[in-house]
Amino acid sequence: MNDVEEAVTRVHREEWARVVAALTRRFGDLDIAEEAAAEAFATAVQRWPTDGVPPNPGAWLTTTAVRKAIDRIRREDKRDDKHREAQMIYDDDPPEPVGAIEDDRLRLIFTCCHPALAVRARVALTLRMVGGLTVPEIARAFLVAETTLEQRITRAKAKIKAARIPYRVPSAEDLPARVTGVLAVLYLVFNEGYLATGPGTDPLRHDLTAEAIRLTRLIRVLLPDDGEAAGLLALMLLTEARRAARVSAGGELVSLAEQDRGAWDAALIAEGHRLVRERLAAAAAGAAPGRYQILAAINAVHTSAGDVRDTDWSQVLALYDQLIRLDPSPIVALNRAIAVAELDGPQVALAAVDRLGDTLAGYHAYHAARADLLRRLGRSRESRAAYDEAIELAGNSAEIAYLTRRRDQLR
Amino acid sequence: MILMRYLVSVIDDKSDPGSTDRQPAISAFNERLIDEGYWVFAGGLADTGTATVIDNRGEEAVFSDGPFVESKEYLAGIWVWEAPDLDVALRLAAEASRVCDRKIEVRPFQ
Repeated sequence: MNDVEEAVTRVHREEWARVVAALTRRFGDLDIAEEAAAEAFATAVQRWPTDGVPPNPGAWLTTTAVRKAIDRIRREDKRDDKHREAQMIYDDDPPEPVGAIEDDRLRLIFTCCHPALAVRARVALTLRMVGGLTVPEIARAFLVAETTLEQRITRAKAKIKAARIPYRVPSAEDLPARVTGVLAVLYLVFNEGYLATGPGTDPLRHDLTAEAIRLTRLIRVLLPDDGEAAGLLALMLLTEARRAARVSAGGELVSLAEQDRGAWDAALIAEGHRLVRERLAAAAAGAAPGRYQILAAINAVHTSAGDVRDTDWSQVLALYDQLIRLDPSPIVALNRAIAVAELDGPQVALAAVDRLGDTLAGYHAYHAARADLLRRLGRSRESRAAYDEAIELAGNSAEIAYLTRRRDQLR
Repeated sequence: MILMRYLVSVIDDKSDPGSTDRQPAISAFNERLIDEGYWVFAGGLADTGTATVIDNRGEEAVFSDGPFVESKEYLAGIWVWEAPDLDVALRLAAEASRVCDRKIEVRPFQ
């Protein structure tokens, strides 16, 4: 890649959301904003190689995009509602002073993650409008047809317009609840990247995990006082740090216990630990930690152990006890039971896992956990049957390979 | 400020009916909607059994007894509100759901 191409890629990553957000505020329309931003970047790709990269690329792109948008509105003005469009062009009023924090990008994220939109639409819209991924890229990431994804985005944009979903940061009273929704979307993107489902896809989608981390960093910058934003970022970093050790050369998932800890990314771990320490200090000062902060702390314990035998399981269990009070879901109970197995043995853990059978019978990780505990208890026949169930339900190709090998080792 | 109009439907559930003692609370809520400038229109509907469906798309008008669709859930009443944006309408709708002890649908007019 030459210097100019590199600059365009970097500016696209850094400035896309800002350009779309500024145009959305100016023109009050996501379609116009998105298309004008895309046209401005296309123009940059054409011009910058001969004209050179402008000193302030972000401002250049915004100005170009505004011009493109006005051109487009003028063109469409001839057939559309003239009054409304004219008002848009000449509306130079400053944005209304609403919400706790004013930032165009933050407004854009809250609009794309509005609770009145279906979750799948929120994910797609956020990746397109805020992340700047193209429709084909997002479609590939989530294994849906481009037309389906295009429709999903178009429908969401139409709802935003027709129902008048506002372009603003929620008021201080609504903010915590709405941030939760935004973080949930980003965690969904991350998880899909970290345990990608489907036979035709890579087991790890670095494009998705990287994008989720980048957007969570952005939220963290925009909302520095939000403990859960810091917690989610830490959780993602500490998970991502293990990426290189997580799938073997043969495409098989490597369990946490068997991973080569030397292959973990030390810089990401250090950054994650720093965030966890920051949140621990806040908790010591009286801030109640949320779900992501506790999950990050659990991952901090795992990544602190140089050898799996040094893992502080009682610390892990204490954190799961804290988590289960906050989120008494069977999935948390299942993960807690895995820590119990390390402290009190597989027999005690199996009893806890078996109690979850009614609710988790359709979840592959439940059968995988049972299979492992039964194997450790020497109950091979039952273990084998549990592996069969887990393999049947698992969607990630690396995980299927791992479970199959474990099953086939049993006699 | 341009106001949007929203149709706010109260959805009743035959298999899981809500409380029947809600009228005083709803009246108080209506007063507030009027005071704060959101209220345009409201009305409760009689039972679905009182509905008549008319189809005059063919040679002659056909009248049939009953609602156009038999379902577990049905429309029990409506509001029309005016609000600056969906967030305002949704916040009111969340209150309305509590006040009526029913599900609420918010849908913008075109």
